[in-house]
Amino acid sequence: MPPIQRRDLLKGAAAFAPSIVAGRAFAAPQAGSRLLVVFLRGAYDATSIIVPTGSDFYYQSRPTIALARPNPADPKAALPLDGDWSLHPALKESILPLWRQRQIAFVPFAGTDDLSRSHFETQDTIELGQPVGGSRNYGSGFLARLAQMLGRDDRPIAFTDQLPLCFRGDPVPVPNLGLTNVGKPIDRRQTAIIESMYGKRGQLAQSVAEGFHVRETVFDTLDQEMKAAGRGAVSSKGFELSARRIGALMRDRFNLAFVDVGGWDTHVNQGNASGYLADRIGELGRGLAGFVDALGARAWGSTTVVVVSEFGRTFRENGDKGTDHGHGSIYWVMGGDVAGGRMAGAQVALSAATLNQARDLPVLTDYRALIGGLVARQYGLSADRMATVFPQARPADLKLV
Amino acid sequence: MMRVQLSIRTVLVALCSLSAPPLQAQSAGIPVKNLAWADRLTWGVEGSAASRGGTAPDAGRWLDVQLRAGPGALPPDAQRQVDAMRIVREPMAQLVVEEDSAIRAANAMTDPDQRKAARDAYQKDMNALADEARARSILRALYGPDQLREQMTWFWFNHFNVHAPKRDVRAMVGDYEDTIHARALGKFRDLLEATLRHPAMLRYLDNDQNAAGHINENYAREIMELHTMGVGSGYSQQDVQELARILTGVGVDLKPDPPRLKPQWQPLYVRAGLFEFNPARHDFGDKHFLGHDIKGRGFAEVEEALDLIASSPATAHHVSLQIATYFMGDTPPADVVARMEQAFRHSDGDIARVLRAMIGAPAFRASLGTVFKDPAHYAISAVRYAYGDRVILNTQPIVGWLNRMGEGLYNHETPDGYDMRSDAWSGPGQMATRFDIARQIGGGSAGLFRPPGASADQPAFPQLQNALYFGGLGTTLGQPTRDALAKATSPQEWNALYLSSPEFMHR
Repeated sequence: MPPIQRRDLLKGAAAFAPSIVAGRAFAAPQAGSRLLVVFLRGAYDATSIIVPTGSDFYYQSRPTIALARPNPADPKAALPLDGDWSLHPALKESILPLWRQRQIAFVPFAGTDDLSRSHFETQDTIELGQPVGGSRNYGSGFLARLAQMLGRDDRPIAFTDQLPLCFRGDPVPVPNLGLTNVGKPIDRRQTAIIESMYGKRGQLAQSVAEGFHVRETVFDTLDQEMKAAGRGAVSSKGFELSARRIGALMRDRFNLAFVDVGGWDTHVNQGNASGYLADRIGELGRGLAGFVDALGARAWGSTTVVVVSEFGRTFRENGDKGTDHGHGSIYWVMGGDVAGGRMAGAQVALSAATLNQARDLPVLTDYRALIGGLVARQYGLSADRMATVFPQARPADLKLV
Repeated sequence: MMRVQLSIRTVLVALCSLSAPPLQAQSAGIPVKNLAWADRLTWGVEGSAASRGGTAPDAGRWLDVQLRAGPGALPPDAQRQVDAMRIVREPMAQLVVEEDSAIRAANAMTDPDQRKAARDAYQKDMNALADEARARSILRALYGPDQLREQMTWFWFNHFNVHAPKRDVRAMVGDYEDTIHARALGKFRDLLEATLRHPAMLRYLDNDQNAAGHINENYAREIMELHTMGVGSGYSQQDVQELARILTGVGVDLKPDPPRLKPQWQPLYVRAGLFEFNPARHDFGDKHFLGHDIKGRGFAEVEEALDLIASSPATAHHVSLQIATYFMGDTPPADVVARMEQAFRHSDGDIARVLRAMIGAPAFRASLGTVFKDPAHYAISAVRYAYGDRVILNTQPIVGWLNRMGEGLYNHETPDGYDMRSDAWSGPGQMATRFDIARQIGGGSAGLFRPPGASADQPAFPQLQNALYFGGLGTTLGQPTRDALAKATSPQEWNALYLSSPEFMHR
């Protein structure tokens, strides 16, 4: 199949979607820019991972699940980031080196103004990127709007089995493909016959065409990677395997991507330096480090990765050595060109008085402002263009890229 | 040939006349509209002779039977497979206790090799129990005569979702589905309480760990948000916390004897199978829930809270909207949902009445053939069409297809269940996967007729160009699809193309 421009597909759709096409703004993104959004579904317990070890209140609030204060002699202790914050020891080999190279920043007190404390409601809030409180349009996710904004230069993909809400609503369907099981494409004759049944118009027809195309692209790329890696191939599985593959695919093929990682809803026995949450975060860290490795140094220099989660968890541990649904979280921003090695954005000293509703972290940096600010800088988009991606949000420039 | 058409017509004619259109000439094949009705109200049109459905009833009677009869009998070839299952031969409570003893014994072993072998055996047993439940679920969807109940069972399981891999839910999930199956068309309030009293739900949403002084809000929140009223319907964080307090002590107990309790608590102790209400774990303070004062007094508080929730107009709306979305697709017409809500409120949450209100709406009839099939409907309808009443011998291929399409049985990790919006299933990657599966189903027996343990299938071939196709279904296809089918160079390819057609993707 010849390489097709995604937007060429749109020509067929133009006849019945003129308003959308007419409204498209064509931007000139920074050459080779890549953005990967990683969504930790289930609300990861941010303060167990980026730990406020400088806070006595943290230790009072978490008698059994707190991470020990930094101590070089204790392998279970948290690893110091700055005077107030430390990193979970399971990230020592994967994320700490990035911090030391100033390629990752953490944004504490980040999140949404959605106070439903519902996973699903708030995940939707983030993926839709629309103002909270109004009526929701489930057919318009923020990454789909960004993809439209980027016009001909976008090559978006969701590395998920289902097309996530954030990528729904682009008139040119955004491809999705889970990476744990990539099948061999079917032969071109049958592909052509199947496409003929769907015609050229409509979402489903475009979805079918894009599906065949992306399958072939991904299969070919991963096939080459495997041959190139040969016997030295890293044997990995789960998110590590997927993340490495994402790195390989984002090097040349795709530049706007989404992946999600589940399993963070730790109501019970979440552990501390070891245990359930430590295993999960260790895998995430290894995956992200593998992504950087597979992407290669050159591409990493123009890549930004944002790690988000729907909300944080209760600042105090619950009765089951776990944590319940909270509010503010801590987001990650990493990239070869990111001004990292620091905690970015507004902060407040942690105490009973500064908690939101006496329960959880307040939100001082809105996710739309954060991502909007990053994307605006990275792609050189003006405020009025960003208003299409995140309506009624003011991008915050945290000087991260 | 004649027998085929007649027996299918018995069901289809009945379906067709639900909205009382004039029956089309019965000798000229099967009326197209009837196929559309069957595709919506059942798990898909059956492709070969089937005498289930009995003598030709009038339409009202067909729907009456579907909505009012208890679960019907499976055909003998399917029932035999079910009867051989451990989940049918042993009560759930016994399974759970046996497996619990097995893992305890394994963990107590001192020899590491023996311990590992015993743990592996336990995992194998537990997986086998969940696999049996999946197999029964698929056999019921394929061959159960009460097709509306079977669809509603899938719907309600998804609505009250549990994830089999969590803790010991694998040993419970068959019984959980059976519990739902029995109540799928009854009163919503009964169904709600049945799920609340089921250990699978209490384990899955951690309420077995919710106790006075150790509050865990997880289940309380999902009851309000997902199971009943719906998020944003007016309840508050405070209501969630109060419901969590009300639910303290509602849990699971595997021990045969009740715990030792203070004398004043003994009359308040409730036990049914593994379900337990333990007053020693309950918060006996008074609660204020949904604007009502609830006197702290034990499990009666739970009953009172469920009454309040189930009778809330928000619940009537949320549940009606969910059902309408499942059957009619994205954004069902507001007047249909309103009609269903009204039926819900006027019938004390009678699910059969709510369904009848939906099916009788003109907009329902108008929506036939327009709903994009989710993976479960796609796979089940393909096998129903391909083999009709020839009962498959192995459900494992279907389990695998559902997993590959991202809608594996009991496999959704979070309590919101699988997404019912069509664009959740029609993404490019998903379409590509679906075409792979179309080729597998169309290419041969695909393992469906391989008896467990055997190395080869018994002879079978999915003859999709069958009596049903020539008798009427073929005429429903658009010209592009007919042109494409004409290019097929083998029966296998014809099948794969037919199952890949846009017409087959919709119900």
